[in-house]
Amino acid sequence: MEGTLLFNALREAIDEEMAKDPHVCVIGEDVGQYGGSYKVTKDLYEKYGELRVLDTPIAENSFTGMAVGAAMTGLRPIVEGMNMGFLLLAFNQISNNMGMLRYTSGGNFKIPAVVRGPGGVGRQLGAEHSQRLEAYFHAVPGIKIVACSTPTNAKGLMKAAIRDDNPVLFFEHVLLYNLSEKLPEDDYICALDQADLVKEGKDITILTYSRMRHHCLKAVQQLQEQDIDAELIDLISLKPFDMETIARSIRKTHRVIIVEECMKTGGIGAELIALITEQCFDDLDSRPVRLSSQDIPTPYNGKLENLTIIQPHQIVEMANQIVNEGK
Amino acid sequence: MTKASTPASDQTTSKTGQASEHAERLTNLESSYSGTISREEGLALFRDMTLGRRFEDKCAEMYYRGKMFGFVHLYNGQEAVSSGVIGAMKLKHDWFCSTYRDHVHALSAGVPAREVMSELFGKETGCSKGRGGSMHLFSKEHHLLGGYAFIGEGIPVALGAAFTSRYKKDALGDINSDAVTAAFFGDGTCNNGQFFECLNMAQLWKLPIIFVVENNKWAIGMAHDRATSDPEIWRKAKAFGMKGEEVDGMDVLAVRAATERALKRARAGEGPTLLECLTYRFRGHSLADPDELRSEKEKEFWANRDPLLSLERHLNEKGLVSSDELRSIEKEIDSEVLDAVEFALAAEEPSPSDLTKYIWAD
Ligand SMILES: Cc1ncc(C[n+]2csc(CCOP(=O)(O)OP(=O)(O)O)c2C)c(N)n1
Ligand SMILES: [Mg+2]
Repeated sequence: MEGTLLFNALREAIDEEMAKDPHVCVIGEDVGQYGGSYKVTKDLYEKYGELRVLDTPIAENSFTGMAVGAAMTGLRPIVEGMNMGFLLLAFNQISNNMGMLRYTSGGNFKIPAVVRGPGGVGRQLGAEHSQRLEAYFHAVPGIKIVACSTPTNAKGLMKAAIRDDNPVLFFEHVLLYNLSEKLPEDDYICALDQADLVKEGKDITILTYSRMRHHCLKAVQQLQEQDIDAELIDLISLKPFDMETIARSIRKTHRVIIVEECMKTGGIGAELIALITEQCFDDLDSRPVRLSSQDIPTPYNGKLENLTIIQPHQIVEMANQIVNEGK
Repeated sequence: MTKASTPASDQTTSKTGQASEHAERLTNLESSYSGTISREEGLALFRDMTLGRRFEDKCAEMYYRGKMFGFVHLYNGQEAVSSGVIGAMKLKHDWFCSTYRDHVHALSAGVPAREVMSELFGKETGCSKGRGGSMHLFSKEHHLLGGYAFIGEGIPVALGAAFTSRYKKDALGDINSDAVTAAFFGDGTCNNGQFFECLNMAQLWKLPIIFVVENNKWAIGMAHDRATSDPEIWRKAKAFGMKGEEVDGMDVLAVRAATERALKRARAGEGPTLLECLTYRFRGHSLADPDELRSEKEKEFWANRDPLLSLERHLNEKGLVSSDELRSIEKEIDSEVLDAVEFALAAEEPSPSDLTKYIWAD
């Protein structure tokens, strides 16, 4: 049986939800006739028409705010950030209105909206197109943040995000769109708030998300050859964290490494390590560590770019170090 | 409606040297109102405007008595805009979107004075359950999309409500979907990108929205003509191929008539209108504003055009109501406002155990 590419898995999810619920619509730059910058909405324009797959002018803050108003009045919009980085221009609408409005309105309005798009460090795209906004948006109250990492979870999470009555920031990674996998046949969804236990192990817990899941998988295989049995968890939900799964793992392994692509300062790992220290301190036999990107704008040069983000060998080295420190 | 005869020459306005353009424009404006209104319509407008005025006066009193906190922006002087626009629209059907200066829009939209006052007192009985405050009044029931405290951010939200109207009609096939959205905002806000971006999209997609600019000449301490290259905001519609109109914002009947024209276009699928209402606020920007920049002469010019007095004069001239009737309406309103205060004072504060309630929809 043939596999499905990740961008097509997302497309299937959107297509199926649009077919099921006529209130679901797509809003963004080049999502219609052009089919989306990474073809996630290819041909949906023909199928659903120009109002349900709305090509917008390049006005991120305003069309994101428009999605808020549409969601408040009964629609279920999916906003595409042509590149998630561009949503820096929509920070106000995402933070003040998507995130806070339900609360400030005393529950008057709900905002069932998804904001999705490609992010992360790609291949030599330069600093501005290599941003990891999940960390910037992390402090905004009232939004859920998820990151998909495989075709299967991309589809299941997207469907769950569309059905959720809360605003969801949905991070995709530019380098994962062409991953292929055979998808389940049934109409499945993946819970937005549940981490994925990718591989069980007993010696050390590795927490990661998005593209770094695949770097970690490589590292876990190498560690296996060195007789280190690592447990790998894909966080999936970046807000809120699935602390139950995380704590359960740490109770078993007593060691933890966080591997992330965002920058170290104020990153996802910064918050996570703080929570682990607060909640799992007594279960730890060694210091919890973060492997994060350098605190620099991502350089264009390929070698420098590789040095900016974490590579599998660094994960292997750190895991060795931590496991041996504890002995 | 007859105009007050005060001359507009106000060349000496200020320390900052702004021109008299705002007052001159009003004086030069031919009153666009020529129709007739019924006694009932006249009384309804007078009631609504009086409620707006008296409610705000009471807010000032309560603020100085320490019953409400934070930034409180009062609407005195601009009542003709809220009552004229919202009065022409269908309550609980059309949508309304406001700013931080939102009390009176909420009242005109039908949110009970008790709920608005309770919100200002931070009570659970407030229209935003005491979580929003003066600048964040919301009521889904009354189609109030909210008060928005950041400049310009309500305009895209209003655009979204207008998009939903069109979507329901053209994508969901609901031929009865004809709700129009009114987005209220100030002159200073018209220099913000969201204003231009949304004008573009509204016209592009022919969305049923009315952009109501309440040009009160000032953005806190920034005089309008010091902040914008062309002070005639309504003309900016033309750059988008949109219908723009300027109206005497102190004349509720003129505002109402202009709104009716805009509504007709919007409901017929002919798209948006940019309606610039020339108006003035009779108080400082907020209750914390020392109001040092505006000249006495300027204030006097606009005080002479008090929209409530103008309406009363019109109603009298047409023989529609007697002054006695209006005075008794004022009395009724005063007791309604007093009742709102008493209700709000006695109401419960939100329970501490509900601190995180309303973050998530279940
Ligand atoms: C994004 C943003 N910047 C600045 C402010 C502070 N601020 C509040 S009201 C205001 C002036 C707005 O003037 P205008 O649009 O004319 O409305 P008015 O207050 O006169 O009704 C400013 C600068 C704000 N609330 N939001
Ligand atoms: Mg102003």
